[in-house]
Amino acid sequence: MIETTKQYLQSLMLWELLKGLQLTGRYLFKRKITVQYPEEKTPQSARFRGLHALRRYPNGEERCIACKLCEAVCPALAITIDSEQREDGTRRTTRYDIDLSKCIFCGFCEESCPVDSIVETRIFEYHGEKRSDLLMDKQRLLEVGDMAEAQIAEDRASDAMFR
Amino acid sequence: MIESIYEMIRSYLLQPAAHFLVPATFESEALYTLEVLVKIAAILIPVLVVVAYITYAERKVIGFIQGRIGPNRVGFFGFSLWGLGQPIADAVKLIFKEIIVPSGANKFLFVIAPILSLAPSLAAWAVIPFSENLVLADINAGLLYILALTSLAVYGVIIAGWASNSKYAFLGAMRSAAQIVAYEIAMGFALVGVLIAAGSLNLGNIVMAQDGSIFHWFWLPLFPLFLVYFISGVAETNRAPFDVAEGESEIVAGFHVEYGGMAFSIFFMAEYANMIMIAVLTSIMFCGGWLSPFQGIPLIGEPSLFWLLLKISFFMFLFLWFRATFPRYRYDQIMRLGWKVFIPITIVWLVVAAVLVVADVPPWFN
Repeated sequence: MIETTKQYLQSLMLWELLKGLQLTGRYLFKRKITVQYPEEKTPQSARFRGLHALRRYPNGEERCIACKLCEAVCPALAITIDSEQREDGTRRTTRYDIDLSKCIFCGFCEESCPVDSIVETRIFEYHGEKRSDLLMDKQRLLEVGDMAEAQIAEDRASDAMFR
Repeated sequence: MIESIYEMIRSYLLQPAAHFLVPATFESEALYTLEVLVKIAAILIPVLVVVAYITYAERKVIGFIQGRIGPNRVGFFGFSLWGLGQPIADAVKLIFKEIIVPSGANKFLFVIAPILSLAPSLAAWAVIPFSENLVLADINAGLLYILALTSLAVYGVIIAGWASNSKYAFLGAMRSAAQIVAYEIAMGFALVGVLIAAGSLNLGNIVMAQDGSIFHWFWLPLFPLFLVYFISGVAETNRAPFDVAEGESEIVAGFHVEYGGMAFSIFFMAEYANMIMIAVLTSIMFCGGWLSPFQGIPLIGEPSLFWLLLKISFFMFLFLWFRATFPRYRYDQIMRLGWKVFIPITIVWLVVAAVLVVADVPPWFN
């Protein structure tokens, strides 16, 4: 009886509603957590999986040996590789295509690679104005690798002890 | 200051205009018409600007409460200015959008509905006193006029829902009609309470009856009516938490699903104009209008337009705060609150108010 009366009075006094207002009122003055994107950026992990790249050895030789493990492991069937024997007897790719519109950025290609050739970089701010812009070929992948090599090497070194 | 600006406009603009443009026999009539038109413009242009910027304030306040920043990109001349250009950009975008009339809709009613919902909320400003002399139409039945016009706004909603030939719009309109009928009664009773306390229907006299200090205002003796009036006002304007007429999660957008472009934005302007109206009326009837809360203290105790604006801003902020805080009421809860809580409370408090007035209870009624 007393409990019922108390509840009745509380609802009449809008008690719960005032508590709600108090809570949101406090949040009004709290620090805002919005990241102002082009000017500010969220921190990235060294394992960030962004745009793909093909790496080279320090002497300029491309790493990829056309083992096609990445092609086999790719769950989205985004990778296409053709290969042939080069004059010096090594097996090299003649074609290494990644369809970024198929890719799900799972990182399996990077994990399967025995020579650390195909990697995913931290680059995520890219766009394509036509569909063919999102079809990466060997040439463009190597260019990305050359451009981002310093960052890639640093990230892989920092992550090496966990691999 | 406003009076002297008005005097300047009158003597340098209106009198020459009336003198040179119309025959001498109609000069005084022409001058009177021009004066009224200038006064209307002086009220409506600020109101519409404020309506535009309330949308900005709403997004900012709700953003802040949710830990976000809100719009802060669109500015003027390359300066972002905390996003102050946002309402202008929104308006320009909406003006250039096509108004699509759905097939099977009643075209005449479809077009007239947004006008019917905006016009009453703007017309109601005619009797609002901004200070002792600043009022467009100082009529004795001001409160009655306000009550009539604020109730008219529901026709826009109902006609929009009916004319759209859409079941969602129709459901929204029906909900809105039932809700407004329920809350209109509580609101009317709250107004009767003010009427008893002030002894006048004239809004200026109602404010003057609250002369004194913050404790002489009617919010104190009529406290339950004050709460009921403001909450009913939130319900009347179909704002959260009483926005079942829109009910995004159930009936898409309710009565204005089929509207786009400027027709849609007129509904929004009407909603915001009604919000400002409720805020103004609450501050005039319960919070002493242009009177200062520190009356008696020199300088800050002076009655002025500033105090009225401050009070309006406070109540507008409450609208936004409510929206950011409360989840939507279920439909039967709204009906229960209106019929079984508010109306009994107001009836009981009418008796209390009458007794207070008859007994000349100080400090309000002596």
